This record gives sequence, C-alpha cells and structure tokens, in this order.
Amino acid sequence: MNKNQKSFDDKTHFWGKIWIWSAVVVVLCVPLSACLYYNAWPQGAAVLKGLLGVAPIYWTVGIIEIITYTPMLGTGGSYLAFVTGNLSALKAPCALTAMENAKVKPGSEEGEVISTIAIATSSIVTTVVIALGVILLAYLSPILDSAALKPAFDNILPALFGGLAVVYVSKNYKIAIAPLVFMVAIFLLVPSLASSVGILVPVGALISIGVARILYKKKMI
Amino acid sequence: MNFSVNSTFLFTVAIVVILFVIAQSVFFLIRAYRRGKEIGMDKKVLQKTILSSAIFTVAPAVSILLGVITLSKFLGIPLPWIRMSVIGAITYELPAATSTATALGVSLSETITDPRVYTAIAWVMTLGILPSIVGTPILLKPLQKGMVKIKNKDEKWGNHLLTAMFLGMISAFLGMVFADVRSGLAGFIPIFVLLFSALLMGICGILIKKCNMKWLETYAMSISMVGAMIFACVITALIG
Repeated sequence: MNKNQKSFDDKTHFWGKIWIWSAVVVVLCVPLSACLYYNAWPQGAAVLKGLLGVAPIYWTVGIIEIITYTPMLGTGGSYLAFVTGNLSALKAPCALTAMENAKVKPGSEEGEVISTIAIATSSIVTTVVIALGVILLAYLSPILDSAALKPAFDNILPALFGGLAVVYVSKNYKIAIAPLVFMVAIFLLVPSLASSVGILVPVGALISIGVARILYKKKMI
Repeated sequence: MNFSVNSTFLFTVAIVVILFVIAQSVFFLIRAYRRGKEIGMDKKVLQKTILSSAIFTVAPAVSILLGVITLSKFLGIPLPWIRMSVIGAITYELPAATSTATALGVSLSETITDPRVYTAIAWVMTLGILPSIVGTPILLKPLQKGMVKIKNKDEKWGNHLLTAMFLGMISAFLGMVFADVRSGLAGFIPIFVLLFSALLMGICGILIKKCNMKWLETYAMSISMVGAMIFACVITALIG
C-alpha cells in the first residue's frame, strides 16, 4: 500500500467516523424528539422488556455482521452500509457483483472505489424508491400487497442468491461444497433457524475458511 | 399535543433523517468516483458500476418498501420509513415492535394511538440496532489491520480467505432456501426459484462469453433476480 493510498484510507476513516457518529446522534434523536414533542416518555421497564426480547440476538448479529462484512465492503463502503442497512440481502451482494463485473479484487484500491460506488448508489436508489413509494402509497399499496405479486417478494432471497451462487460457487466449488452441504443439512434438520440466518453466516464463513486453509496447504487451490 | 402516528411532526423528522442518509451516500459516491479517476480507473467502468448497481437495487428496494407498508398498518408511515432507511430490515423491525407491544400488553393488529406505546417501540427499535452503527467505527480499523497483516504475510492466502468469507455468506443463504421442504411441494418453491435464477445467470454467462455480449454483464444479476421473481409468481400459481 503506497503513502498516497494510506492517506486516502486515513481520510476515509476520518470522514467515515464523522458521518457514522452523526448518524448515531440522528438515529437517537428520532425517539427522543417524539418523547419531547408529545411529552410521552415510555416506562423504562417496558423498553427494557421489549429490548430483552430482541437485543441479545440483534446485538450479537450486529457485531458478527461487522466482522463478516467489513473485509468485503472496504472502508468507505462499510461506513455507509452500516448506516443504510440491508446488508446481506442488498448491499453486500450489490458490492460483490459490482467488483466482479469491474474485475477488481476486494481489499484493493480499485475494489475500495467500486464497492463504495456500488453501496452509495444502492443506498440512494433504495432511499428514493422508498420515498416514492411513501408518496404514492395509496396507489401502490393495493398492487404491491396483491396476492399475485406476493410470491415474487417472498422469494427475493432465492432469486438473488441463485444468480450469485453461479458466479461464486462455480468459480470456487472446491471451497464452497463443504459449507453448502453443512448449511443445507442444518436447515433441513432445524428449519426454524431460517429466522436467524444472520448467526449462521459466520458459521458458514468459518467452515469455508477452514476448508480453504486445508486445500491451500495441500496446494489444491 | 394530539398524537397521531402519521403527524406532520413525525413526517418532518423522517424527512430530516432521509436527507441525512442521502447526503452521506452522495458524499461517499462523489469521493469514491473522484478517487477512481485519480488512480487511473476507466471512467466507463465507474459509470457502469453506478448504472448496474442502480438497476440491481430496484427489486430489493421495492421489497423493503413492502416492509414499510407492513409496519405502517400499526406504526404509521414515518417510523417504519426511518427504520427501513437507516440500518433496518423487516426481519429486525417487526420482532422489535412485537416484543415491545407484548411487554406492554398491546395488540399490533390496529394503529397505535397511545404516544407512550409508540415511543417505547421507537426506543426498542433504535436501541436494538445501535451496536451495528456504533461497532463499525470501533472495530473497522483493527479488523482491516488484521486483514492487511494476513495479506502482507501471504497475499495468495489473503485472497482465498476473502473468497472463503463470501462463500460462507452465500452458502448460509443457499442453505436457508431448503428450510421449508418438509411442508410439501409448496416448500420446494424457493428451491425452484433459486435454480431458475441460477439457470438465467448461466444463460447470461454463456451469452456474454460465447456470443460476446459484453453489455449484458451490467444487467445479468438483475435479469436473473427479476426473472426468478416472475417465475416465483408463475410457479406459486401452479403448485402453491
């Protein structure tokens, strides 16, 4: 990594931190402003009870997501994606596909540029689509909520990951086969795990890293 | 102050948050684009990335909009709009709202009228996702240092390590598609959709390589995704 790249990276961290800490303030101001404006402070016990129902899973998945996704997304992409969200079903596949199409590697200077552009574009388009949807809600709601279209949105993940699998699994089938067999087996045995797939992402990553390491040591990849 | 889940005040708060998200995205987009030109990347590649990412995003974005519509039935529009635009996903927000409503003994079958219930749900939704945002500035640099160390020691292994991480993620989601097979033929629909998406991608790949249709690279992922979503509607009507 040259000096210029290092300074660009440092600047990205600098700006990224400013934006992300500002996002923390903005996000916290949402419930705070509602409490102040309506003078309606919730019971602490209710918030705590509600939080206890979701926080143990969300907080764990949140930290796991950071560890799993940041090496793929790069510096700028990570600072942005962890504010705009929808990582596994949108931002990560979008960044990966963009890097694949541009024939650049994650972690390289070019990969950083392409990943950030992909995530920024994706965030803007998502925000605009939702905003338009909100404005046109009365017209769109019956169409989007229709029974005929429901299967399309119910199946968005298989529709997305089928294409991605062809691109990545076919190129790296030696590494992919073990985590794939494991995941298919575990979801067949415990279907209820589908609701917490986020926790299984690092498990899959650990298995494929282990397999990759063995194959690499045996000079098979 | 009269409370409404769709009050002008709450819409104003939502618009401020949405403008913040757009400003941050535009900031990073311009910065990355300039950096790309600076290091000598082809302008066409950068523009193609913008175009293909935009097209790729539309279908998942409509799916996120559906999440806003679902939550708006009891939370109004502004709060779900904010939550789905900042780090949120329907898989997080619905359980968060349900968990709080259950704690308060409130039903989520109709629109919330009590501001204290509303603010309790808003706090749980917010605090529930906070570690993802807070953790990034704290963990990102040490994680990257670790990756750089690995790459400096053995670059080839560093690249394999990243590929293995992608594959771990993809395999988890591919495995999830098999979760419903026990429920009969309808449970196989996600698998058929996945295979159809893979088939479309394979056809695109052949057209790109064998027929030299390079332009298709930009749209291949979107074509396979949207094509498979249309296929999902057809096959559900047939066997669902």
